[in-house]
Amino acid sequence: MTQRPNLRDLERLKRHFHIMHRIRAFEEEAERANRDGRVGGAVHLSIGQEAVAAGVCSNLRREDPIVSNHRGHGHTIAKGAEPRAMMAELMGRAAGTCGGKGGSMHIADFKVGMLGANGVVAAGIPIAVGAAQALRLRGADAVVACFFGDGAVNRGPFLEGLNWARIYDLPVLFVCEDNGFASTTRTKSVTGGPGPGPRAESLGIPAHEVDGNDVARIDELAGELVARLRNGKGPQFLWAKTYRLKGHTAADPARYREAAEVEARWQDDPIARLRALLIELGVAAGELDALARAARGEIEDAVAFAQSAPFAPAEAAFGDVQDVGAPQP
Amino acid sequence: MNTISYLEASTLALRQEMERDPLVWALGEDLGRGGVFGQYGDLQRRFGPARICDTPISESTIMGAAVGAAMMGTRPVVEMRFSDFALCAVDELVNQAAKARFMFGGQAKVPLVARLPIGMWRSSAAQHSQSLESWWTHIPGLVVVAPSTPADNHALLRAAIRCDDPVVYHEHKDLWGLKGEVDERAEPARLGEARILRPGNDVTVVTWSKTVHVALEAAALAGSPSLEVIDLRTLWPWDRATVFGSAQRTGRLLVAHEAVRVGGFGGEIAAEAAEQLGVKVRRLGAPRIPIAYAKPMEDQARITAAAIAAAARLLLG
Ligand SMILES: Cc1ncc(C[n+]2csc(CCOP(=O)(O)OP(=O)(O)O)c2C)c(N)n1
Repeated sequence: MTQRPNLRDLERLKRHFHIMHRIRAFEEEAERANRDGRVGGAVHLSIGQEAVAAGVCSNLRREDPIVSNHRGHGHTIAKGAEPRAMMAELMGRAAGTCGGKGGSMHIADFKVGMLGANGVVAAGIPIAVGAAQALRLRGADAVVACFFGDGAVNRGPFLEGLNWARIYDLPVLFVCEDNGFASTTRTKSVTGGPGPGPRAESLGIPAHEVDGNDVARIDELAGELVARLRNGKGPQFLWAKTYRLKGHTAADPARYREAAEVEARWQDDPIARLRALLIELGVAAGELDALARAARGEIEDAVAFAQSAPFAPAEAAFGDVQDVGAPQP
Repeated sequence: MNTISYLEASTLALRQEMERDPLVWALGEDLGRGGVFGQYGDLQRRFGPARICDTPISESTIMGAAVGAAMMGTRPVVEMRFSDFALCAVDELVNQAAKARFMFGGQAKVPLVARLPIGMWRSSAAQHSQSLESWWTHIPGLVVVAPSTPADNHALLRAAIRCDDPVVYHEHKDLWGLKGEVDERAEPARLGEARILRPGNDVTVVTWSKTVHVALEAAALAGSPSLEVIDLRTLWPWDRATVFGSAQRTGRLLVAHEAVRVGGFGGEIAAEAAEQLGVKVRRLGAPRIPIAYAKPMEDQARITAAAIAAAARLLLG
């Protein structure tokens, strides 16, 4: 059950409401743009998983890096990236966070500490532990959050990276977003044993299970875990159980699951839940509608900006490859 | 000038770079005890376990952590032990290290050095003897280096550590004990510069790593054509000016390497020289067989001085 927050937390919850709406609107626009060809490639939407991104990232400072996976728009928004630059990246424009070279699956924004989405499942885990090691070497007291899905726990870098964080006591918060699926497969059907949390525990990392659609609870738990990281208590594992309300990609009709199942899960929509909570706590519906509208407006502005932004010159394809032995146009 | 080994030259280079830059560090298995070949010497005692970091047998994460650490502004030196084991870290090297700078539009560079010792050494058989340098030359974003002498292992390793690109650094296991003069105060090498080790008139022989010494031996064989031996030193980028200048003079180019001939980097150099200069070219490399354990079979994969001289004679026609 959701706990009753105090007044200071009320403002915090409203911020979550705004950010989760921003993510939802971004994903809906990305979905539409992918369908009509304005956004190319595979686009992995985080609709239904907004609470995890918002709850975790609200506990991080700008200088605390995050590492993401292929489903990374929500994490990037929650970490503070500009929706305009993000949408421009999805549309491949020069003003995109990566100048149009990465697109949805490689979105990154280093100035807000977002070290990159990743097209390879579980590849972010070693990168995250290495980032933490570098921060320590540089004497910084930052912490790192690493987002991945339940499918990633079956790849070797999961075992290697978690073990690594443990033996060096690195300040890494591992966030497993368990949405039940790995592409078109139910993850449970291909995962031995009791799942992600116990696997982390078996490597000596305390695991904490949480309702991944309850942003208040995620925020509170992530706050505790980040505090432990900052106090030198070593890595922590957050196992957020959520549900992917859309297909694996924007092009996936997800026929491998019953409509009734999805319908039932929409009743647990994290944004609707947060709205109900805020109303229960006495916030006026009009105020919430205004927040939602503002978020939607920001994303519509980002789409308009991105659509009219120029592409980088084609020769930019030869830039940022390497210094020594760089290719000549 | 001091006479030291190829192995000691690498220890010296790493020590100097670690003294110079506190953000240089190394990670890999058994480094605290000097590493599997002893090439890390007593560096852990000097610099502590955070900078000479002993790792678990986790090649993916050794390389992947180095990518994250490099993107966060440090300069990791990654020890893979045998180049064969780097195949457990190919995603991290090829999809992550080589591409991060590009994919992210230049927001970060990945200044890591991945040490991948190559080559046949003490009957090590099929999984501890390979020379896979051509794989990495194929990957945009990577620099590929293969020193053949102690002085070069000193100067090139220092250059690789200072380089802002990910560098695949191939030492040859059979050269660890090779002695030579090393000037401790020498400037780091310039990556991408070949060196003409021996002038000659008939055939340009381009080679690298241990095969450099085999080519020099070939040039000294009685009855061998006059060979101009070029040590490529850096495979990517490779020094076209030096190679083409020599090939234009001699009119004939032979590329010799220990790696399998099919798909080897010799094919690239030979093709470029044929396309650009129209000179006669040949390639010499190992047959496309895994490397066997027993000496007589292992030798089937070995490039000999006699084979180099014979290939050069064929070019003279
Ligand atoms: C190494 C690797 N194997 C396969 C894929 C193809 N792939 C992309 S996402 C995905 C499912 C990942 O599931 P999970 O990690 O649970 O994340 P989710 O998509 O559910 O958010 C797969 C199989 C990949 N990108 N990388």
